[in-house]
Amino acid sequence: MSTRDGTLVVENLHKRYGKNEVLRGVSLRAKAGSVISIIGSSGSGKSTFLRCINFLERPNAGRIFLNGEEIRMVPDKNGNLKVADSGQLRRMRVKLAMVFQHFNLWLHLTALENVIEAPIHVLGLPRIDAIERARENLAKVGLSRSVETMYPAHLSGGQQQRVAIARALTMEPEVMLFDEPTSALDPELVGEVLRVMQRLASEGRTMIVVTHEMSFARNASNHVIFLDNGIVEEEGAPDQIFQAPRSERLKRFLAALIK
Amino acid sequence: MIDLVEQYWQQYLWGTAGHPTGLVITLWLTIASLALGFSLALPLAVLRVSKTWWLSVPVRVYTYVLRGTPLYVQLLLVYTGIYSLDAVRATPVLNAFFRDAMNCTILAFMLNTAAYTTEIFAGAIKATTFGEIEAGRACGMSNYTLYRRIILPSALRRALPAYSNEVILMLHATTLAATATVPDILKVARSASSDYYLPFVAYGIASVLYLGISFTLIWLFRRAEDKWLGYLRPVAAK
Amino acid sequence: MFLEGYGQQLWNGMLETIRLALLSLALAFVLGLIGAAAKLSGNRWFAVPANIYTTLIRGVPDLVLMLLLFYSFQDLLNRITDALSQPQFDIDPFIAGVCVLGFIYGAYFTETFRGAFLAVPSGQLEAGVAYGLSGRQIFRRILFPQMMRFALPGISNNWQVILKATALVSIIGLHEVVKAAQDAITGTSSKGAFHAFIFLAVAGLIYLGLTTFSNLLFLVLERRYALGVRQSEL
Repeated sequence: MSTRDGTLVVENLHKRYGKNEVLRGVSLRAKAGSVISIIGSSGSGKSTFLRCINFLERPNAGRIFLNGEEIRMVPDKNGNLKVADSGQLRRMRVKLAMVFQHFNLWLHLTALENVIEAPIHVLGLPRIDAIERARENLAKVGLSRSVETMYPAHLSGGQQQRVAIARALTMEPEVMLFDEPTSALDPELVGEVLRVMQRLASEGRTMIVVTHEMSFARNASNHVIFLDNGIVEEEGAPDQIFQAPRSERLKRFLAALIK
Repeated sequence: MIDLVEQYWQQYLWGTAGHPTGLVITLWLTIASLALGFSLALPLAVLRVSKTWWLSVPVRVYTYVLRGTPLYVQLLLVYTGIYSLDAVRATPVLNAFFRDAMNCTILAFMLNTAAYTTEIFAGAIKATTFGEIEAGRACGMSNYTLYRRIILPSALRRALPAYSNEVILMLHATTLAATATVPDILKVARSASSDYYLPFVAYGIASVLYLGISFTLIWLFRRAEDKWLGYLRPVAAK
Repeated sequence: MFLEGYGQQLWNGMLETIRLALLSLALAFVLGLIGAAAKLSGNRWFAVPANIYTTLIRGVPDLVLMLLLFYSFQDLLNRITDALSQPQFDIDPFIAGVCVLGFIYGAYFTETFRGAFLAVPSGQLEAGVAYGLSGRQIFRRILFPQMMRFALPGISNNWQVILKATALVSIIGLHEVVKAAQDAITGTSSKGAFHAFIFLAVAGLIYLGLTTFSNLLFLVLERRYALGVRQSEL
């Protein structure tokens, strides 16, 4: 099947660390507005897959298309692929916004400054417009105006992650990538971040979410991919995955969760 | 250049039986100053961390002054300054002591390294985990025993990396002895340089000698760290 | 007054000390950034010379290096002027002092900056990359400001060492504090030897004043650069 409609298409990604093959041919197709959850046990390659999409990791093989445009890649001397045109990569990255597990907010900047940094210096937005957009998004993720001038170190984990989501939103991306966004949070704070994510999902954003939170995968996404041992073991609609799993490994994975 | 080496090599290394110079003097200065400084620093460090202000404050003043002024000035103070005091000149014991350049130099070096070492040890003592001290108190150890068996052994090991730095710095500092006419490596180099008008060769040889001693010391300390700080190393992955 | 009229010279000496220390600091700072960049670049052609630089400089005493460089260059200069039949040109001890101290402490700053660059959490830089910031932008707006926070204690330490090392430059003839004190001693030798002690003590106090002032300055700087970091309670 090689129809290339849809916002983001990843074909047959391979990634090896030394002898260890972490991704053994993973593909994904995300149409505009789809919310895809990637689940699986630790070491299944979920985060690596996500990080290959915006080239924070270099894959060994595979193809990536954004809006039908292929990111041109050439092999480098280590057997990995690297982008042929770094300008194209930067343009692509601007359209893909990432929310990290450990937030990765810039510690020496206030919350507001974090959100406007990339829009001003990458998109070239005038400062006033950037601030206006930023304020909208900070409000959207449920943060009050007083948080604007605070530094990340003085915010709770949940607040920091919401600032990070606002940072991603302010870039007005086509696809949002979430790398285990709630894994580093205390249990009480997970809820506030999930609620924000659910709102974004219901707004029709294209989101790819690597997560352990089955509630999100089940209720907020319209497609679930179960990754095991570097390949897509099973994928489908949430109802089917959670209520009628077909593969043995998926059954075992789900059973272990209930315990 | 060969002539310089031929004539001076012995002076660079050990001089003559009655008149040692060069490498042996440098090593002697380093070791003597460090040993005396270490012995002084140990009790001073204990005083430094004391909660009683009239015990810790004098030590703090001492370390602050000696670390805030150049060693060169301290040396001059001991070598020319103290000797000029009438009180010193009048007392035969003091007079004899301060007349000798070597004595003045080692005294100045000792006081200086003791100041830095006191701070290093004090920091290491303060970093002792409170749990270890509590455990000692819980089984009835007196303060003296606590210090002797628990606090100091662990503090000294913790201080090893910082102290190794201090040792290298002391080695470098011994070059100041040349300004006080003590015949160390640098003094020999100055003589050789003015004798042959070959400063690059003369000082170059001195540099190589110091490099050699530095590397040896670093190597020794790395082995010491492996031996005594091995318990802090992370467990090797299986 | 008891400084026997040498007060002005001591004051001038102090100014010369400060000037020398500041310029040497500037040179060492720049060399340190270049050296750290070279060591961290991953490129062997840069990293190896940088390693040789730091290893050699930190293995040889300051005074030896200073005399080696000063007298060798003076000698070289003399040979050149002789060969060209020009009059001898004496290297100005101030310039020599700045060059030598800057060169030596550039090696120490290389290590300071190297450690500081490595201490910036990589997630910060990743976020910059992921959001499309260019390499230069990442360096200027994310890496450098955060690196300075980690580098400040090291910079403060090195500054104190440079301040005290300026005393050595008196040996090659610079008229800074120690030389002023020594001149004062020889100038008042007729008045009795006690003055030697007084003048040297004054010199020491001047240094103590300079280091104390520097300590306070760095406390202010650390507070400014630590914005956004929760200070751990001691």
